[in-house]
Amino acid sequence: MTPMVEALAIHKRFGSTEVLRGVDLVVGPGAVSCVIGPSGSGKSTLLRCINHLERIDSGSLRVDGHLVGYRERGGKLYEMRESEVAQQRRDIGMVFQRFNLFPHKTALENVMEAPLVVRRHARGKARDRAVELLDRVGLADRRDNYPAQLSGGQQQRVAIARALAMDPRLMLFDEPTSALDPELVGEVLDVMRGLAREGMTMVVVTHEMGFAREVGDDLVFMDEGVIVEQGDPREVLAAPRHERTKAFLSKVL
Amino acid sequence: MPERPPPLNAVPVRHPGRWVAVAVLAVLAAMLVHSVLTNDGFRWPVVGQYLFSGPVLNGLKNTLLLTVLSMVIGIVGGILLAIMRLSPNPILSWVAALYIWVFRGTPLIAQLLFWNFLSALYPRLSLGVPFGPELVSFDTNVLINQFAACLLGLGLNEAAYMAEIVRGGIASVDHGQTEAAGALGMSRAQTLRRIVLPQAMRVIIPPTGNETISMLKTSSLVVVIGYFELLTSVQRIYSTNFQTIPLLIVAALWYLALTSVLSVGQGFIERRYGRGLATGPPGPSLLGFLRREKATT
Repeated sequence: MTPMVEALAIHKRFGSTEVLRGVDLVVGPGAVSCVIGPSGSGKSTLLRCINHLERIDSGSLRVDGHLVGYRERGGKLYEMRESEVAQQRRDIGMVFQRFNLFPHKTALENVMEAPLVVRRHARGKARDRAVELLDRVGLADRRDNYPAQLSGGQQQRVAIARALAMDPRLMLFDEPTSALDPELVGEVLDVMRGLAREGMTMVVVTHEMGFAREVGDDLVFMDEGVIVEQGDPREVLAAPRHERTKAFLSKVL
Repeated sequence: MPERPPPLNAVPVRHPGRWVAVAVLAVLAAMLVHSVLTNDGFRWPVVGQYLFSGPVLNGLKNTLLLTVLSMVIGIVGGILLAIMRLSPNPILSWVAALYIWVFRGTPLIAQLLFWNFLSALYPRLSLGVPFGPELVSFDTNVLINQFAACLLGLGLNEAAYMAEIVRGGIASVDHGQTEAAGALGMSRAQTLRRIVLPQAMRVIIPPTGNETISMLKTSSLVVVIGYFELLTSVQRIYSTNFQTIPLLIVAALWYLALTSVLSVGQGFIERRYGRGLATGPPGPSLLGFLRREKATT
């Protein structure tokens, strides 16, 4: 079975700082992989490489068997055109720490936007689907509100619905609850839990150890651009083998 | 209904300074109005006589036409230049920068004269294969008549200024918006048109209003190439009848009227693009200033 994400020896540098120093990561279809680690460990960068928001400097990165951002022909790599990259991204949903909803559009318009513009769906069809998705994230009564009129947790749920509207095969979550007030974290995690139950493949960069323990199939601890420890979340959280993992967990748990 | 706690009973802060300022200003205003009405030099009957006269209205028509058309050229050109300037293609970016440098860096009067006297440099303009045969050819003076020279001069100059305004607006939009649109699979053009520009409009509109109001009056520079608009029309009249002050008042009243209409229009457009963004009223209202500030809920 083709893994949904297959990263081999990923290196990425920003100027003179090497952010990723040889990362290998495999996420099977339907699996939930949680990535934890101190800030600056490269976990967000890894996530952003998966949908080519950042380009890797070396290594190979495949999503659903296809190279991300490149085409291979005759043993040679060709950089993809921008339109091809856009096409690849349609199947990968991304949820950001700061939501990044479109402030000039209502919740419903936010969710309809990509199906209308990118998939060129008919307005009625896009609308029906958006209504259904907003209902699913528990915001049926908020569809005509602008993002500024919604709480952080509600905005993030709209952002999840917006990503789901493209029917992605893979969902990337970049610290989805880090910008939320503590009492709003639960409602977002509930939606993500539901997604995981329905078999969505997810890579989640998070600080929510409870979520990782309960929902994660795999826990990845990153530090200084490498994966330090990886395994079943319950085992890693209960009995970390590596010193750096122990030190990190003792600070956050 | 639960019983409400009694309202706080406090003496509000008094603002005696405001009332003193109002009194001083009221006296000054009364003096001004009195002198304007009683000084015969203003010749209000002459103002009334010329306000709607044929030559003045003709000039007004040209002022409106020049302003609207040059602003259309300026805004469309400015958006294109700003997009070029921000393009990852270094050639496009460099060409736009060069254009902005030239058109902002030389006087508008010189540009107007240049377009008017283009025929001295190129008597004929033609379309054809580069360095090859011509397909069609025009006499420059026929193709670029006086009116066209005015539009080229005002519009192309304005485009350079608008380019910087639009660029500033685009830069003001959070980069996360572009990333979110990109992550959804939207192309750069779609992202610009549907996500970035509508948000940039909020920043672009106020200075564009400024530019339009300024263009109303800048268009009077077309006098250097012998064209006429509102100000030129009244100048022609007072140079023969010597009623300088009343005729300048005629022009001023029309400019004020046009500016008022534009300001209202600007407010309308600003509200349109302010959707979804919590924007309060632009400032304290005059009445609120005099009344005690009420605690708002």
